[in-house]
Amino acid sequence: MNYNWNWGIFLEPSPYGDSSYLTMLLQGLSWTLATAGLAALIALALGVVVGTLRTLPGKWHRRFANAYIELFRNIPLLVQFFLWFFVVPELLPQEWGTWLKSLPNAAFLTAVVCLGFFHSIRVAVMLSSGINSLSKGQKMAGYALGFTPAQTYRYVLLPMAFRLALPPFGSECLNIVKNSAVALTIGLMELTASARAMSEFSYQIFEAFTAATIIYLLVNVTILMLMRLLEKRTAVPGYFTSKPQSGKGV
Amino acid sequence: MLANFDFDVIQRSWVYLFTTGMSFTLQLTAFSMVGGIFLGTLLAIMRLSRNRVVSIVAATYVNLIRSVPLVLVIFWFYFLVPYIGAWLIGASRPIQVGAFTSSLITFTMFEAAYFCEIMRAGIQSVPQGQRAAGLALGMTGTQTMTTIILPQAFRNMLPVLLTQSIILFQDVSLVYVLSITDFVGAATKVAQRDGRIVEMYLFVALVYFLMSYGMSALVKRQEKSMTAGN
Repeated sequence: MNYNWNWGIFLEPSPYGDSSYLTMLLQGLSWTLATAGLAALIALALGVVVGTLRTLPGKWHRRFANAYIELFRNIPLLVQFFLWFFVVPELLPQEWGTWLKSLPNAAFLTAVVCLGFFHSIRVAVMLSSGINSLSKGQKMAGYALGFTPAQTYRYVLLPMAFRLALPPFGSECLNIVKNSAVALTIGLMELTASARAMSEFSYQIFEAFTAATIIYLLVNVTILMLMRLLEKRTAVPGYFTSKPQSGKGV
Repeated sequence: MLANFDFDVIQRSWVYLFTTGMSFTLQLTAFSMVGGIFLGTLLAIMRLSRNRVVSIVAATYVNLIRSVPLVLVIFWFYFLVPYIGAWLIGASRPIQVGAFTSSLITFTMFEAAYFCEIMRAGIQSVPQGQRAAGLALGMTGTQTMTTIILPQAFRNMLPVLLTQSIILFQDVSLVYVLSITDFVGAATKVAQRDGRIVEMYLFVALVYFLMSYGMSALVKRQEKSMTAGN
């Protein structure tokens, strides 16, 4: 094959000022990590609320939570990105829309919000199935101690449900990192976008993509190790749970 | 506010959107689903093989593909396929590959990794006795696999395979990064031509929502009737 490999390319200066291509990729990585990290926090916050609503006795709570889940599940992520980026600012009152569009890093903020909402549905599903898998006695014990429903959730159900949902949440974090690559369509210079730009500037296509692939693999391994550590730290001594199935896509 | 919108643009362009865009999306989904399930099943059999080299090769491929973003995989194959094609037919220069072929190869190879994990669970869900019975009847290993184990594995995993295919249908929209005219690509063209981005993307979201929701509902019904039949 006539492909000229040149692994030294990473140290050569990129068209962006005097930094090398390697620096360019690492800058992309930092955007990826910042986007994924903030999105994971939003997903967690929204997911806990929706997941809890889904397990409350009221019919309308459950309906609202399920409608929320169906809404974000049945629209492709790419289209959701376009909705947040192009459509939402137009639907808001004009001053708000102009303010939104003039924000610096609009692509970054949009990506964080979009990924946060998109992944919150999976957190919600994990958490509600975690709560449902706890034995009925836990809830009853809470009530018997004189806790209000809110206190029962806060001190009895949620702490256990969080632990049950932790392993699938770990694999969800990997998914958030992967899905943050879709943000290149709205102009965020994250890792995949940086690799693409590098391939266009330098014509060393396969070196650029190989480097991006290796970086993604390293990020995956790091997150998996951190999650395992967190699971160990938060484990309740003497409480064994059968591991819930993880990784089933939505 | 909504009065400023011109939903007429949808009436003007829906024929183009569906005959050009959606037909590309659906064809790509259908072909990659068939290819992905076929290749995924092969990979699953390889992963469960007692030959360590074979199983490690399959596991490495599956884990590699599952840890990188689909967008990156799309770029990889878009540039790699012309070189592989040239190598296969012995040409000295990278060959030209059409947009459809290139994305078909990409999605087949990508989804195969996900279908592999589903089929692996499916094969493992068939009781060991079934294999032993097949071998005891004098069937070869291949015959046991293809006529006894796989049909049951498919049946057990059908709802999951279909759900994954709905995800594939949504994922196909990412060919947008190669400027291909799928459903989203067609809508983008019209939106840019007529300056009607808001209306077009709302319409695209609505169509995807209705199709995915409808298909999920069908899968759920099929799943229920299957468990009722047992």
